[in-house]
Amino acid sequence: MNGLDAAFSALADPTRRAILARLALGETTVMELARPFEMTQPAVSRHLKVLEEAGLITRRIEGTKRPCRLAPGALEEIDKWLAMLRRALEANYDRLDQLLAEMEASKEDGQT
Amino acid sequence: MTKLTLTLEGDTHILATRRFKASPEAVYRAHTETELIQKWLLGPEGWTMPVCINEARSGGRIRYEWSDGKGGSLLLTGEYVALEPFGRIVHIERFHMPDPTPDNRIETRFEADGTGTLMIMRMTLPDSATRAAMLATGMEHGMEASYARLDAMSG
Repeated sequence: MNGLDAAFSALADPTRRAILARLALGETTVMELARPFEMTQPAVSRHLKVLEEAGLITRRIEGTKRPCRLAPGALEEIDKWLAMLRRALEANYDRLDQLLAEMEASKEDGQT
Repeated sequence: MTKLTLTLEGDTHILATRRFKASPEAVYRAHTETELIQKWLLGPEGWTMPVCINEARSGGRIRYEWSDGKGGSLLLTGEYVALEPFGRIVHIERFHMPDPTPDNRIETRFEADGTGTLMIMRMTLPDSATRAAMLATGMEHGMEASYARLDAMSG
């Protein structure tokens, strides 16, 4: 699986997306994550493993804890794609408006 | 009036609508004729499309290569599934980043709307996962939805 595929798969799960949303607020521990999600710590750990393998989060060791955080630039590749889609569509259709006006004008010229 | 709208439908679709002040025939031609496509399907300001392969027939290939003139480039490939002049186009496309993005099947309809055209573009992603991923990473909208979900879960 390439990077983009892994990221898409990891993000397919609503719990994992919610975990990412939580991590966007800052570094946190498995215990702190498990609480609002009403999940067991092993269940949260399994989700974190998927996110970590997809390169979306990083974890460090601090005593007995393994706090996790969003990986820098984790969503960059997908973000790039999305931003491009939105920007491209808007810019393209503004440009198409102009082209259609020109097509219309040249059609009228041709008729006169 | 001519503003682009993007909405969701079902689990795997994204719906885009846009009005144009031209006939369905003109809008359809602008979507299917190579020399017209190269004039508008360019993305951000400053980009051009030096390579535009567009075989406008069922099964025909699509290959668009964009350049920003400063070494930046972008590639899209795809295939036409069906063409019904001047009302409907179905094609499949993917960007290469360089890894290919999941196939996006796009049905584009052009309906007469007064003296203009209403374009209805329906994108179908391979599964809800892909679309969810698009939305989850959409930042303005996706992260907001995730936060809302998180709030609901915490409450």
